[in-house]
Amino acid sequence: MYVYDEYDQRIVEERVKQFRDQTRRYLAGELSGEEFRPLRLQNGLYIQRYAPMLRVAVPYGLLNTKQVRKLAQIARDYDKGYAHVSTRQNFQFNWPDLEDVPDILAELATVQMHAIQTSGNCIRNTTTDQFAGVAADEIIDPRPWCEIIRQWSTFHPEFAHLPRKFKIAVNGAKRDRAAIEVHDIGLEAVRNEAGELGFRVLVGGGQGRTPYVGAFINEFLPWQHLLTYLEAILRVYNRYGRRDNKFKARIKILVKALGEQVFAEKVEAEWAYLKDGPNTLIEAEIERVSKFFVDPAYETLQDQSDALARLDAEHPGFARWRSRNTFAHKKPGYVAVTLSLKPTGTAPGDITDKQLDAAADLADRYSFGELRTSHTQNIILADVRQDQLFTLWGELREQGFATPNVGLLTDMICCPGGDFCSLANAKSIPVAESIQRRFDDLDYLFDIGEIDLNISGCMNACGHHHVGHIGILGVDKKGEEFYQVSLGGYAGRDASLAKILGPSFAQDDMPDVIEKIIAVYVEQRTEDERFIDTYRRVGIEPFKERVYAKNH
Amino acid sequence: MQRIIKGRQVVNDNWHLLPKETAFEDVPNSDSVIVPANLWLEHGHALTLRDGGLGVWLDSDEEPESIADALEHFQVIAINFPAFTDGRGFSYARLLRERFGYKGELRAIGDVLQDQLFFMQRCGFDAYAIRADRDPETALAGLDDFTVTYQAAADQPQPLFRRRLA
Ligand code: HEM
Ligand code: SF4
Repeated sequence: MYVYDEYDQRIVEERVKQFRDQTRRYLAGELSGEEFRPLRLQNGLYIQRYAPMLRVAVPYGLLNTKQVRKLAQIARDYDKGYAHVSTRQNFQFNWPDLEDVPDILAELATVQMHAIQTSGNCIRNTTTDQFAGVAADEIIDPRPWCEIIRQWSTFHPEFAHLPRKFKIAVNGAKRDRAAIEVHDIGLEAVRNEAGELGFRVLVGGGQGRTPYVGAFINEFLPWQHLLTYLEAILRVYNRYGRRDNKFKARIKILVKALGEQVFAEKVEAEWAYLKDGPNTLIEAEIERVSKFFVDPAYETLQDQSDALARLDAEHPGFARWRSRNTFAHKKPGYVAVTLSLKPTGTAPGDITDKQLDAAADLADRYSFGELRTSHTQNIILADVRQDQLFTLWGELREQGFATPNVGLLTDMICCPGGDFCSLANAKSIPVAESIQRRFDDLDYLFDIGEIDLNISGCMNACGHHHVGHIGILGVDKKGEEFYQVSLGGYAGRDASLAKILGPSFAQDDMPDVIEKIIAVYVEQRTEDERFIDTYRRVGIEPFKERVYAKNH
Repeated sequence: MQRIIKGRQVVNDNWHLLPKETAFEDVPNSDSVIVPANLWLEHGHALTLRDGGLGVWLDSDEEPESIADALEHFQVIAINFPAFTDGRGFSYARLLRERFGYKGELRAIGDVLQDQLFFMQRCGFDAYAIRADRDPETALAGLDDFTVTYQAAADQPQPLFRRRLA
């Protein structure tokens, strides 16, 4: 993974110093709360219901074990012994003291980490596929490009105060595991007929209260022009994005208002000036950065299909876990393993300090000392030897990482909701838990198969409910917490937004509602059809009929 | 007389910033004035015939393109930041410096505070009228928040990735 040089290190250290002084001025009354707000937000610090929340950047989800141990230590020393993996691959601490944040940042800087631009109206952490570099369907490794974008976007002077937050995602594979179509900018690596590398560029996707799937405005941007083109998009947005209404300030609203075509023309016109300027990328830089992402020292191994099949037969639990929580690797004899942070009874994405330390130890022993976070709020060991998979499984079970549910109904995306978040209309974690309890039968869960269930506590959509096959949204009805259900969202290639099923439900009814929806699917599906496929074939009506039957 | 940051120090400033609704008849002949962009657009030629110094200011929704062909008439261009978080002026400054080649004083006015100064400087500003309730001497520190920058901008034509090779 990328290793800081003296420049990168100096920038994070100077940031610590800057933020320490900003915090000091705030505490001394030299900065008002209103003035401190954008400064702390651009450093990932929210003031929440009970305590501040600090979001730490995990650039494109990549971590080494030193960093993970540091996160564990911070969870222990400054928080209540746990942390949270966010849907944008970052880490969050829910209980730090404001006064301690500069010290936490100083700790992070010692392991090449920071909280720069993890919130606020600026360019946020660039995200990508959690299987980057190991996926068999990869066209290019997106990580060097993410790092190049990270550096370009870090303290970009012109884009320090955009109309609204700005999120970029990069996909380098055939399948889209990075949900690029619901980002402000989505980049997809492609090759032209001559075999040259470029990017398909999408703009104007986003979730929040007015969700949109973005539009591709450039089918082939040669890689050299990546930064100048991004700069052109951002400049158009910075100048013309709405600033009078924060609910209409995202780039998606500008793209819709102008129309994709006109927006694309404006970008082209701006780009005409910037193209071939000094920000044009050069081979030497791509090489420099790519060197950090070369393959680890893989051994020449054979795939262990037979041996693993024998183990499957002897240990049904292993077979089950292996079928869900592992992912095919490009190298024979290796496999990527997902550590599920979704056991029933803990908030989805939460991880304790002990688990963090344990995950770091496992990564050192089984996976070249690296870990990844995913936008589905799990952790990945990307380079595990197949002949060590069975022993690893044993260790994962001891640490509570082996819930065999990756991609299944109980592997939900869920925002912090009303238990932590001051913007919430409703709690989300207890709803997640009640559904997990209802679907506790593993056979049934496996029979239901792949399904994304996403929960947000309000229309800000931190829990991605718009792109869940089943989406749940907390709504406020005369001061009471209710839940609106939607169906048919999809975050992958050809993304789609979910459609609202009908009137909302009380919290206690939610497990029943989900059970009915699942029952319709199970009855209607043909062999091999996933929930989303059945939904797309039969439409929303059968689900509606069943769920609201007793009301008619 | 107000005190502003200019050329990295706090200096006395004798330019008069004329409000948006100023009528042409009310522009003094001999003072140094910074006129609103609309006044310039209506009375540009007459304004150049005055004896006093001339500057122009842009609000955050007034495009720098509108004055781009008249830059030689201005000793000062001021860009207003109606709110700390309104970042349009950053783009305007870069355009004036990098695209239109403006060489005179580029001044940030409005809700201008210490913690924007580093970015403003990078975008091409060289003068800052710090909000009246704050001490410009204290704010000066903001110009030196960082010693390393990744991007090319008005202050640094080469991005770090090119400088790293050197
Ligand atoms: C607890 C404090 C939090 C607050 C106050 C908060 C606030 C917000 C707000 C206001 C939005 C809507 C922004 C917009 O539409 O322009 C938003 C969107 C979002 N938040 Fe959060 N959030 C919080 C926690 C989280 C957490 C824990 C996660 C990850 C699990 C998260 C991930 C996201 C994502 C992915 C979006 C949607 C991005 C998009 O609109 O494209 N947030 N958040
Ligand atoms: S979706 Fe709403 S409730 Fe959930 S974390 Fe985001 S802002 Fe808070």
